[in-house]
Amino acid sequence: MILKRTLTGVVLALGVAGLAVAEESTGSSTADHSKFPILQKDFKSGPEVTEACLSCHTEADNQFMHSIHFTWEYEHPETGQVLGKKNVINAFCGSVAGNEPRCTSCHAGYGWEDMSQPPPQAATAKDCLVCHDTSDQYTKLATAAGHPPLEAKGKTITGAKAWAVDLTKAAQSVGMPDRDNCGNCHFYGGGGDNVKHGDLSSVLYEPSLDVDVHMSPEGENMVCSDCHVSDRHQWAGSRYNVLASDPHGTGKPGEERHAASCQSCHGNEPHPANIKGLKLNDHSDTLACQSCHIPEFARGGVPTKSFWDWSTAGRLDEDGKPIKEDNYVSSTGQHLHTYMSTKGDFDYQEDATPYYAWFDGQVEYTTIDRKIDPTKTVEVNVIHGDRADGTSRIWPFKRMEGRQAYDKVNENLVYTHVWGPTTDTAFWTNFDWGKAIDAGMKAANQPYSGEFDFVDTYMYWPITHMVAPAENAVECAECHQENGRLVDVAGVFMPGTDPNGWVGLLGKVIVLMSFFGVMGHAVLRIFSRTSNGDHHG
Amino acid sequence: MAKRIVKVYPLFERLWHWMQVLLILILMITGMGLNGVHDAIPFGPAVMLHTLAALGLLALWIFATFWLFTTGTWKQFIPKIEGMLSMARYYAYGVFQGEEHPYEKMFWRKHNPLQAATYFVLKWFIFPAIWITGLLYLTYNLWSSGDSVVAITLIANLHLLSAYVIGAFIVVHVYLLTVGHGFKEHVKPMVTGYDQIDLTPEQEAYLESNEPDRLKPVS
Repeated sequence: MILKRTLTGVVLALGVAGLAVAEESTGSSTADHSKFPILQKDFKSGPEVTEACLSCHTEADNQFMHSIHFTWEYEHPETGQVLGKKNVINAFCGSVAGNEPRCTSCHAGYGWEDMSQPPPQAATAKDCLVCHDTSDQYTKLATAAGHPPLEAKGKTITGAKAWAVDLTKAAQSVGMPDRDNCGNCHFYGGGGDNVKHGDLSSVLYEPSLDVDVHMSPEGENMVCSDCHVSDRHQWAGSRYNVLASDPHGTGKPGEERHAASCQSCHGNEPHPANIKGLKLNDHSDTLACQSCHIPEFARGGVPTKSFWDWSTAGRLDEDGKPIKEDNYVSSTGQHLHTYMSTKGDFDYQEDATPYYAWFDGQVEYTTIDRKIDPTKTVEVNVIHGDRADGTSRIWPFKRMEGRQAYDKVNENLVYTHVWGPTTDTAFWTNFDWGKAIDAGMKAANQPYSGEFDFVDTYMYWPITHMVAPAENAVECAECHQENGRLVDVAGVFMPGTDPNGWVGLLGKVIVLMSFFGVMGHAVLRIFSRTSNGDHHG
Repeated sequence: MAKRIVKVYPLFERLWHWMQVLLILILMITGMGLNGVHDAIPFGPAVMLHTLAALGLLALWIFATFWLFTTGTWKQFIPKIEGMLSMARYYAYGVFQGEEHPYEKMFWRKHNPLQAATYFVLKWFIFPAIWITGLLYLTYNLWSSGDSVVAITLIANLHLLSAYVIGAFIVVHVYLLTVGHGFKEHVKPMVTGYDQIDLTPEQEAYLESNEPDRLKPVS
């Protein structure tokens, strides 16, 4: 009997170990791509691999060509604005239009060289590997419109020295996306590590628990697509049309939900059912989870760009050579550019306190067709929201401060042609704003008066990644105090923020009056007692 | 009339009083912290302490109300106009002249008329105001809708105002313990339960034969 049990134990243990080995190579999939005959081939280009993929995955091309990762275009269902990287102007490198092979290096396709055209329509122009490679050696060249390096020359999209990608190895390794598949582009938005978002940096490849409780290998070890769930190559979660609050919560048991919201896993009453939990749950109709649970952004040692003044760009040294200054030192001792002739002045933030505002999820862009008021700080993207609408919550944002070019006569932001090593109009090559704007506007087919100036801008980035462990959530008193974090947010009542409001003052006067009243009374008593010779009590 | 040492505050009443002192002190200190008057206690723990003390006090009040009505002690708290003027005159004038306290504590009536009136206002208006607003404050999420900012602001400010009025009461209450027979003499009965009371021969005889435990033997 005992022997039999032991034997069963050994067999079970071996079985589990065998399962573990199998999982390592194929995950939970029923297919091992390294065994597919069509992938036993010396691939010479990305599109060749895609062709092989599509021979089995017959619907993938059609699904993917309509996704925002491929179209870079998004028609906002609420505002009707046509957004997406193809169209918007931002406070960083400005625009994709006019800078194609550089910016489209992160396009999930191959060979998009002209923003005035839709992306290449050939079925094989999709890049399957950038998302599905799990060999971790596939990458894209920084300036080749999405193509991978096939020799060790140039730089990759993360700024690393390029290596010769083994396409066969990559093709045979395919699986569901890991953190690096998404991160290699999304962590480097704006042309460098954590430049754009503030809450998406290379730290998230292998974050420590205190940086990201979900993605940390010490924690849940989740990957991006665990939250950004996909259905036929369409992903949940949008920065243009955010689900600012999610009253649906987890849904019914077993109900499949396609929402990248905290509530879709944690529900709408996430805190434990005790007195403290009830009080914390009281906050859920005003605050986004992120406002408390992401105490700071740009955590883990990689700063984010917080200020970018393009107007000072173009200053050269005595020999007419571009200058670089590296006066920002990060917490890990890294020196970062604070001035570049190509880009102007920068500043950075690390462990930064967010900017807070009511947010209903709708983001309106100051697109090329919008008139701006150059006497004011222009909001590159306007975030909408109001307490009374029932769906808005107070959200944390990175508020990027910029100073960027606009058309003085037409009063609109402009597209700028900054990248172009071989053109005589690119700003980074020629340091001539007039030519760079003219070329950028031509590339985008937009009218340009020929007169430009610079205007102060704000750009808002919703903070939703880098969720800290619960014990590191924002302390109550960070907001519940005079001039706390939410001091500029209208439409909230918060205990502790106004001890000297008129009721507070009235109350203090009442107590002080009674105090001085009894003190006066006591003094009179002592005084009269001595004069009357009374020794009561 | 004979002066006798009579038990005027039974154990429950003393317990009630001192627990109330403790809980109200906790509520005052934590409440002021939550209001932003001081930052001696971190906000989160202060909320917890404030809530638990408030719930404790409410439970105590439920017991006390039950006790007041079952024992008939509630009558002690009904104010009477009679004697109020002479009390007011005493505090405003007589006390400075070294006059005797005009109110003689009776075993069936422990409070002087001004005291009774004060407690009446406190128990019927201020305390209900603070616990009704407090409960609404605590249960905000159960009744609030999207636009409850005005309501919660009003509730919070009423809560605050009531708290300050109670604060003022505490100042005067503690001070008045020093008037008349002196602080120690005034606090002692609330600790031991016994106070010196003028008894009519009938009262004395009644207590001796019916409630001998309430009388201390004449020494």
